[in-house]
Amino acid sequence: MSHETLISALYVFALAAFLGYQVISRVPPLLHTPLMSATNAISGISLVGSIVTAGAHYNTVSTILGFIAVVCSTTNVVGGFVITDRMLRMFKRKEIAKKD
Amino acid sequence: MQTYFIELSYLLASIFFILGLKGMSHPESAKRGMHLAEFGMLMAIVGTLMHHEIVTYTWILAGLAVGSVVGLAMGVWVPMTAMPQRTALSHAFGAFAAALVGISEFYREGGHLETITMSALGFEVMLGALTTTGSLLAFAKLQGLVRGTPMTYKGQNIFNMALLAVTIGIFVYLVIFPGSMPLFFTMVGLAFIFGLLLVMPIGSADMPVVMSLLNSYAGLASAATGFVLSNKVLIIAGTLDGFSGFILSILMCRAMNRSMTNVLFGAFGSAATAAASGEQHGSMREVGLEDIATQLAYANKVVFVPGYGLATAQAQHVVRELADVLEKRGVTVKYGIHPVAGRMPGHMNVLLAEANVPYSALYELEQINPEFPSTDVAVVIGANDVVNPDARDNPGSPIAGMPILEVDRSKSVVVLKRGQGKGFSGLENPLFFKPVTGMLYGDAKDTLTRLVQAVQHA
Repeated sequence: MSHETLISALYVFALAAFLGYQVISRVPPLLHTPLMSATNAISGISLVGSIVTAGAHYNTVSTILGFIAVVCSTTNVVGGFVITDRMLRMFKRKEIAKKD
Repeated sequence: MQTYFIELSYLLASIFFILGLKGMSHPESAKRGMHLAEFGMLMAIVGTLMHHEIVTYTWILAGLAVGSVVGLAMGVWVPMTAMPQRTALSHAFGAFAAALVGISEFYREGGHLETITMSALGFEVMLGALTTTGSLLAFAKLQGLVRGTPMTYKGQNIFNMALLAVTIGIFVYLVIFPGSMPLFFTMVGLAFIFGLLLVMPIGSADMPVVMSLLNSYAGLASAATGFVLSNKVLIIAGTLDGFSGFILSILMCRAMNRSMTNVLFGAFGSAATAAASGEQHGSMREVGLEDIATQLAYANKVVFVPGYGLATAQAQHVVRELADVLEKRGVTVKYGIHPVAGRMPGHMNVLLAEANVPYSALYELEQINPEFPSTDVAVVIGANDVVNPDARDNPGSPIAGMPILEVDRSKSVVVLKRGQGKGFSGLENPLFFKPVTGMLYGDAKDTLTRLVQAVQHA
C-alpha cells in the first residue's frame, strides 16, 4: 500500500467515524436492537472482500478460506436485513396497532 | 472502465448505507432506510462480481447460495426472544469472515507484506479472531449452553493481560520483521483464545455491554479489512458498525453507572460481589391475585416495567392482553423501559413491539420516572436490579448511582417474580420489603394470564 493510499484511507476512516457518531447518536433507544442488526448486515459488506478471495484462485487454501468467508458474510447480510425488516415492521404507531 | 464501474457501485453503496442508518432515527423512516441499504448492498455485490481477478464463479455462487439459505432461515424463524443469541452469532460470523480474508491474504503473500499492510492485517485478524470466539461464548451463555454466571479464577486478569501482551508482542514483531508463518498462526491462535477469556468472567446481566462491544470489534475488523484491501466501502461500513457498537456500549455503561473496565474485568454478579450485600430489611408481603386484579381494574394509571424475566417467560403477548383489558376499562397503560433491561440494547422494545404494543406507549427512563408518583400500580415483570432503590438511596451498594426506574414512588407496586431468590447481581432488593410492594410468585406468563381473567371479572 502506498502512502497516498494510506492517507486517503485514513481520511475516509476519520470522516466515516464522525459521520457515524452523528448519525448513530440520533437513533432512539427504541430502535437499538434493529440498529444493531442493521449495522451487522451492513458490515457484512466484507462479503466483497470474501468474493474476490473465493473467486480469484490464488491457491487452494485461499479459495477454501474465501468460500467459508463468503458463506459467513452472506449469512450476515441476508439474515441481518431480513430480521431488521421483520423487526421494523412490528413497530407500529398507536392508531394502526389498534386495528389488529 | 470496469474498475470505474466497481468503484462507482461502492460509492453508491456507501451513500445508501449512510442514508439507511440515518433513517433509523425514527421507526417510520427506518423501513425505507433499510430498503436503501439493501439496494446498496446488492449493487456492491454485483459490482464486485465484475472484479478482474475473479477467474471462477463456482465457489462464489456456492457460498452465496449456502449463506443465503442459512441467513434466510435464521431471519425468518428466529423468535424475537432469541434476538440476543442471534445477534451474538452474527457478530461471530462477521468477525470470522474478516479473520479468514486476512489469513488468506497473509498466506497468499507468503507473509511478506509491507509494514502498513501488515499492521492493518494484524488488527483485522486479531480483532476478527477474538470477536469470533468471544461472540460464540456470549451466544452459548445467552442460549443457556453454559451457565451465565461469571467464570472466574485466581489471577484471571493478570493472566489475560499477559496473554494479550504476548499476542500484541508477536504482532509488533511481525510488523517489523514480517515473513514468519508459525509466529503469525500463533498470534491468530492466541487471539482466538483471548476472545474466550475476555467473555468468560462476564455475567449475563452485563450482556448488553458485551454485545455492543463485540458489535464494535466486528465492525472494526471489517474496517481493517478495508485498509488491507484498499477498499473504501469496507472502511466506511466497518467504521459505521464499529462506532455504532462503541456508542451503544457507552450508553449501556452509563445506564449502569459503571465504567467499561469495571464491566470487562469486574466479574460483576459473582460470589465476591454477592457477599457484599447484607442485612434483611424485614419480610416480603405476598399478595393475592384477586386483590391485585381489583387494584388494577380500578386504577387510573398503570405502568408495566419489564425485565429479562419477561423474555424468559415469553410473556410479552399476555402483557399486551392485560393492557388491552385495562385500557378497555379506561385505565391509562404505559411501559417503562430501562436501557439495560434484557440482554441486548433495545431488547424489551422489540419484544413488546412484537406483541403489538404501539411504540408510543413505550417510555424511556427519563420520561417515565416523573410519572411514578401519579401512578396507581406499577407492575414489575421479571426485572430486579433496574428497580432496586438501593442504587439511589444506599451509597455503599455495589450498584450505587445506577439510574433506576423509581417504581417505589408509585402508590402501589406489584412484583411478578419466579421465586424468592435474588436478582442476577446477587443483591438484596429493598423494594421487595417496602410496605407499598406486594409480591406475586410464579411463572410470569401464567400469573398474567390469570390476572387477565380476574380483571375481566372484576
